[in-house]
Amino acid sequence: MAAFPEIVRAHETAILSGWMSDMAASTRRKDLINDSDLQAQASELLKLFSEASQASGDVQSDAFAATRSFLKEIAKTRMEVGFSAAETSMFVLSMKQAVFNALRDALKSNPSELISEIWIAGTVIDRLAMLTVDTAVGFREQTIARQQEDMLELSTPVVKLWEGVLALPLIGTLDSARTQVVMESLLSAIVETNSQVAIIDITGVPTVDTLVAQHLIKTITAARLMGADCYLSGIRPAIAQTIVHLGIDLTDIQTKAKLSDAFSLALTRMGKSVVALKQAAASTQRAKEV
Amino acid sequence: MDRIPILKMGDCLLVTIQVDMHDELAMSLQEDLTAQIAKYASRGVLIDISSLEIVDSFIGRMLANIAAMSRVLDAQTVLTGMQPAVAITLVELGMSLPGIRTALNVERGMALLQEFIGDEVESDQGDDTEE
Repeated sequence: MAAFPEIVRAHETAILSGWMSDMAASTRRKDLINDSDLQAQASELLKLFSEASQASGDVQSDAFAATRSFLKEIAKTRMEVGFSAAETSMFVLSMKQAVFNALRDALKSNPSELISEIWIAGTVIDRLAMLTVDTAVGFREQTIARQQEDMLELSTPVVKLWEGVLALPLIGTLDSARTQVVMESLLSAIVETNSQVAIIDITGVPTVDTLVAQHLIKTITAARLMGADCYLSGIRPAIAQTIVHLGIDLTDIQTKAKLSDAFSLALTRMGKSVVALKQAAASTQRAKEV
Repeated sequence: MDRIPILKMGDCLLVTIQVDMHDELAMSLQEDLTAQIAKYASRGVLIDISSLEIVDSFIGRMLANIAAMSRVLDAQTVLTGMQPAVAITLVELGMSLPGIRTALNVERGMALLQEFIGDEVESDQGDDTEE
């Protein structure tokens, strides 16, 4: 069994103060954590570390369970307040200097034992630091996965503009998976609402390449096969240029610059028009007089 | 052998495909339909595929062929009630059926046909087919 845990335990106070001053010099983030919290975290970690390493040298063993869960908690809370993964692992790694100093003082007389103890202690601390990085990265991956799901749900709303007129405002980059969802939700909405006209608005789509254009054409063709007219609107000037430069043929597709233009075309196609209330009233009045 | 019934309604022919199409059935439909168009000098053909859930490239080409043949015989074709899954499949197969007019349901399809034929007298009968 290694001797360093005993030494760490005996010099806990000295190590802690050495560690704190090291951190103050290097990785301290005064804007994110205050002194008393940092001191509490450091002393708790040091206590758990010395206790656990007395029982076992393996970080994955049961003896380290409390240390692991404590570190995971620290990594998580630190990610939330804005520490980077590197800063969190540096917090653990900066313990080394203080621990090694204590070992050096205690084992001055026996250099070969000193080296081996430093090696063992260093390995354990490295593993613990890796654990915080793993936790931090895992935590961030969870966040990314959740946001991806949210985006997929948020990104394909089919909106009913009028009786028989649907709009599909697309926002964000279109990839194959998303366009598949877009196509399916639009087509099933056409059946559900019995709509004659569907407008796909691409104002929020940052770039249109050949693949995206092909997906859009497919969606519009499928809608036409089902018996609905499909217009494309919200084409920004830059995208119009891109489309022409790429040689994408949109001649079979009714395109409009603005969603409002497409909507008024849809109303015209359905034999409806929007008139101002005053005009309408005046014309009714005239009709009555006649 | 099973055959798909073709109903005559005034100037139009009505075909509702209620069973899964297989190749032989599609061939016989093509023959029957062209014969009927010629016999009654029909001006319009309405094909309802709302019960059709599976298509392949052969059936897709069949539908395109029927439309083309009808046009040669001076009859307009309207395809109605295509399911979203069927539409996606046809598009993925690269068959956009350019010569065929489409409508969401039989009612709209009938209105579309009447518009083309320009025969207002038939509109009452068009409504009857809904029931």
